[in-house]
Amino acid sequence: MFSLGLTGLLVRRNLIFVLMSLEVMLNAAGLAFIAAGSRWHQPDGQVMFLFILTMAAAEVAVGLALVLQVYHRFKSLDVDMLSGMRG
Amino acid sequence: MISWLWLIPALPFLSAALLILFGSGWSRRAVAAVGVGSIGLAASITFLIAFRFWSAPPAGDAYTQVLWTWIRAGGFQPQIGLYLDALSLVMILVVTFVGFLIHIYSAEFMAEDPDYSRFFAYMNLFVASMITLLLANNLLLLLLGWEGVGLCSYLLIGFWYRNPNNGLAARKAFIVTRVGDTAMMLALFLLFSSLGTLQIQDLMQRASHQWQAGSTLAATAALLLLGGAVGKSAQLPLQVWLPDAMAGPTPTSALIHAATMVTAGVYLIARTHVLFAMAPAAQLAVAIVGATTLLVAGCSALTQHDIKRILAYSTVSQIGYMFLALGVGAWQAALFHFVTHACFKALLFLGAGVIIESLHDEHSIFRMGGLRKELPVAFWTFLIGGSALAGLPFVTAGFFSKDLIIWNAWSAQGGHAMLWIAGMAGALLTSLYTFRMIFRVFFGPLGTPVTRRFGYRMNVPLIVLAFLAVVGGYLKTPLLGFLHSALPATIERGTRGLTETGSEAVAGILFLIGLYFAWLFHLQKRSLADALVANSTARALDRWWFADWGFDWIYEKVFVRPFVWTANINRADLIDTFYTGVGRMADMLYRGLSNTQTGRVRWYVTGMAAGTVVFIAMVLYL
Amino acid sequence: MELTFCIAGGVAVLSTALMLTRLNLVHSLLYLVVSLLGVGVVFFVLGAPFAAALEAIVYAGAIMVLFLFVVMMLNIGSQSAEEEKRWLTPGIWTGPAILASLLLIEVAYLAGTGSFGSTTGSIGPKAVGMALFGPYVIGVELASMLLLAGLVGAYHLGFRTPEKPEIRHDADTDERRTDTSGDLVLAGADRPARTP
Repeated sequence: MFSLGLTGLLVRRNLIFVLMSLEVMLNAAGLAFIAAGSRWHQPDGQVMFLFILTMAAAEVAVGLALVLQVYHRFKSLDVDMLSGMRG
Repeated sequence: MISWLWLIPALPFLSAALLILFGSGWSRRAVAAVGVGSIGLAASITFLIAFRFWSAPPAGDAYTQVLWTWIRAGGFQPQIGLYLDALSLVMILVVTFVGFLIHIYSAEFMAEDPDYSRFFAYMNLFVASMITLLLANNLLLLLLGWEGVGLCSYLLIGFWYRNPNNGLAARKAFIVTRVGDTAMMLALFLLFSSLGTLQIQDLMQRASHQWQAGSTLAATAALLLLGGAVGKSAQLPLQVWLPDAMAGPTPTSALIHAATMVTAGVYLIARTHVLFAMAPAAQLAVAIVGATTLLVAGCSALTQHDIKRILAYSTVSQIGYMFLALGVGAWQAALFHFVTHACFKALLFLGAGVIIESLHDEHSIFRMGGLRKELPVAFWTFLIGGSALAGLPFVTAGFFSKDLIIWNAWSAQGGHAMLWIAGMAGALLTSLYTFRMIFRVFFGPLGTPVTRRFGYRMNVPLIVLAFLAVVGGYLKTPLLGFLHSALPATIERGTRGLTETGSEAVAGILFLIGLYFAWLFHLQKRSLADALVANSTARALDRWWFADWGFDWIYEKVFVRPFVWTANINRADLIDTFYTGVGRMADMLYRGLSNTQTGRVRWYVTGMAAGTVVFIAMVLYL
Repeated sequence: MELTFCIAGGVAVLSTALMLTRLNLVHSLLYLVVSLLGVGVVFFVLGAPFAAALEAIVYAGAIMVLFLFVVMMLNIGSQSAEEEKRWLTPGIWTGPAILASLLLIEVAYLAGTGSFGSTTGSIGPKAVGMALFGPYVIGVELASMLLLAGLVGAYHLGFRTPEKPEIRHDADTDERRTDTSGDLVLAGADRPARTP
C-alpha cells in the first residue's frame, strides 16, 4: 500500500491526487502499526494509529486550504507549476 | 668628523623621500632648494671628510662605519656598513661635486617642466643610491645601490613618459643591464657559497688565502663580475642601451650616463681587484673587452648625427679605455681617467644641453652651425671639453689620463702591443669625431637660429667644469699617490724600446692628424665630406657603423623575435589553465548541482524515496 | 477469518491501484473511500475494532468527504480530465514503479525476517482508552493542540476578502495603476491588473 501511495505521489501531477496519495501512505503506515499492536497484544498500536489519524485530519484541512489558494492564484492545480524555488 | 660619513647617502635619500611625498605641492623654489641643497650639503660634507682623511688618514688607510645589521639568517649576516678608503673617497668626491653642479644646471634647465619635483626626487634618489654603491662595505649593499641606480636610470630615461619611445628606451636600458645584473648576482652566489662572506675586505682576504692564482673558481667569479660590469657600464656586447638612453633629459644623460652610473662597473672591478689579479684570464678578458669596445664605439661615433648620441658613443669608448686600464693592471690610471672623464664628459653633455635648448630642441649637428659667436660661453667650454676628450697635449686633463692608460697598455705586466695600437687608434678616432662635432656645430655658416638664452645657473657649472678639465691634469701625481693606499701599484714590465714620453708624442701627433682631417672634411672643404658619402663602400660602412655595428639588429633577431613568438604561442598560458581549470570545475559543479534544484515537489520526493531505498539497502547489506 | 482478511486486503489494494489510474478526479476519490473501508475491515480482522470504527468514521467519513467538498467547490470538471490524459503517459510510470517496488522488496524482506505471532484476541476500546489516558496523555494533549493549529490555519488560509471595487483616480487614466491594496490574493501576483 505504501509503495502504491509512493508511486501515486510521484506520478500524478494534480495537486489533489498528490494529497490523496499522501493519505494512502499514511493509512498504510497506520495499518502497519495496528498489525504490530495486534501481534504483541498491546493497545499501543491503536493509540499510535489514533495519533496518525489526528495528524492526517489536521494535515488534510490545512492542505486543502492551501489547494484553494493555489487554485485561485495560478488557476490550475499542476504541482509542477509551483516551482518558484528553482535553482 | 669622519663619523659624519653616513650623512652623505642619508641626506639625498631624505630629500628624495620628501620630494616624492610632498614635492608636488611645493613651489619651484622650494623644490630646487631641497633638491639642489641636499646634494650641496652632501658635497660639502664629502669635502670636509676628504680633507680630514687626507691630512690624518685613519688606521689602515680605511674607515668603516657599521650602521646596523641588515639581515640575520644563520651564518649570513650582511650589515648596512660604510667603508671609506681612498678609492671610494675619490669616487664620492667626483659624484657629489659633479652631481651638485649638474643639479644647479638642471634647476634652470627643467624650470619649465611640469614634473619638476619628480625630476629632482629621482635625481636625488639616484645620487643616494650611487653613494650607497660606492660606500658599501659588503657586496649585498653594493648590489642594493647597483639596483637602485638601475631603477633611477629607468625612471629618468623614461621621464617624459607620455612619449612611448622614451618608455621603450627605458625598458631597453633596464632589460639589458638586467642581463649584466644576473651575471653579477651569480657571482655573488658563487662567492658566498665558496668563501662564506660578502664583506668585501674579508672576501679579498679569504680569496687570496683559499684560492690559488689561476684557479677556475676565481676565474669564474671574476668573469661573472665582469659580466655585471659590462652591463652597467655599457661595454661590448651590452652597449646597445646607452645610445637609446639619450631619450632622457640632458642633465640625466650628463649625470648618469656620462659621469657616474656607467662607471659603476669600473668601480666594481677596481674593488674586487684581488680576484681579477688572481685570474689572469679574466683580467685579459677585461682588457680585450675594453679595447674592442673603444674601437667599435669610436667608429660608431664618427657616423652619428645626433649630438647626444655622439657623446653617448664617446662615453662608451672612454669607459672602454678605463676597462683597458683595469685589464692591464693599471688600477690608478683607470681611476684617474674616471675623474677627468667625469669632468669633461659632464661638461660636454651640459654644453650639448645648452645648445639643443637654445636651438629649440634641435639635435642634429648637420642642422647646426656658426654658434661660435652666438653662444660664446657654450663654445669655449665645449671646446675645452672636446679638447680634453681628444687629448690636447699638456693643457688638458684628458691628455694626461688617456695617455697614461695607453702607455700602461704597452708597459704594464698585462700589457700587449696590440692593446697599445688599439688605444692609439682609439685616440685618433676620438680626435676625429670630437672635432667633427665641434666644427659642424660651432663653425661654418649659421644653421638653426638661436631662440633662447640661459642664465648664470646653467653657465656657471659649465665654466667650473671647464676649469677642472684643464687643471685636472696637474692632479695626476697627487691623485695617483693618494690612490696607492687603496689600489696596488701597476707592475711594470719593462719598456722595450718605448718610453712614456715617446708614447705621449705619438698620441699628440695622432691628435693633430685627427684635428686636421676633421677640419678638412667639416670646415674647409665640406664638399669632401659629401664626396666621401657618395662613395658606395663608404656609405655602406657609414650605415653599418651608424647602426652600432648591427648589434641591435642581431639582438632583435636572436633574442627578441623568438621570445615574442613563444609568448604568442603561450597566449592561452599553459600554467594558468591549471588554475583557471580549478575555477571552471567549481563552476561546472555549481551548474550541475543547481540543476538538481528544480523546485518541483515530485522531484524532491523522488530524491527522498531513492535515498530511503539506498539507506535501507545499506542497513540490510552492510 | 483468514478469508475475510484476504478479500478485504485485496479489495483495498485493488481499489488503491484503480484510484491511482483514474482520469476523473471524483472517480478516484470514490475508489479511495472504498480502499479505506477495506482497510477498516482488515483492522477489524486484526482484532482492533476501535481502530476499525475510527477508520470508517473519521478517515472515510470526514476526511474523504472534505476532499469531495473541495473538489466540488473548485469545479474542475472536464478541464482536469483533459490535463490528466496529457500528463499520464505510460512512460511516466516506469521510474516511480521501479523505485516503489524496490522499497516494497526491502520492506517485505524486513517484515519477513520477523517472527509471526498469533493474531487472535481483540483489544477493545476500553484497553485503548486506558492506554490513552495513562502513559499517552501527553500525546493526547499535543494532538489536540495540533488540531487547534490545523483549524486556525485552515480558516486563515482559506479566507478570502471579498473583492473591492477599484478606485479610479481622476488624474491618471493609466489602467495599470489600479488600487490592489485590499486584495489578498492578487497583491504581489505577477499578473496584469484587471480592467473593469
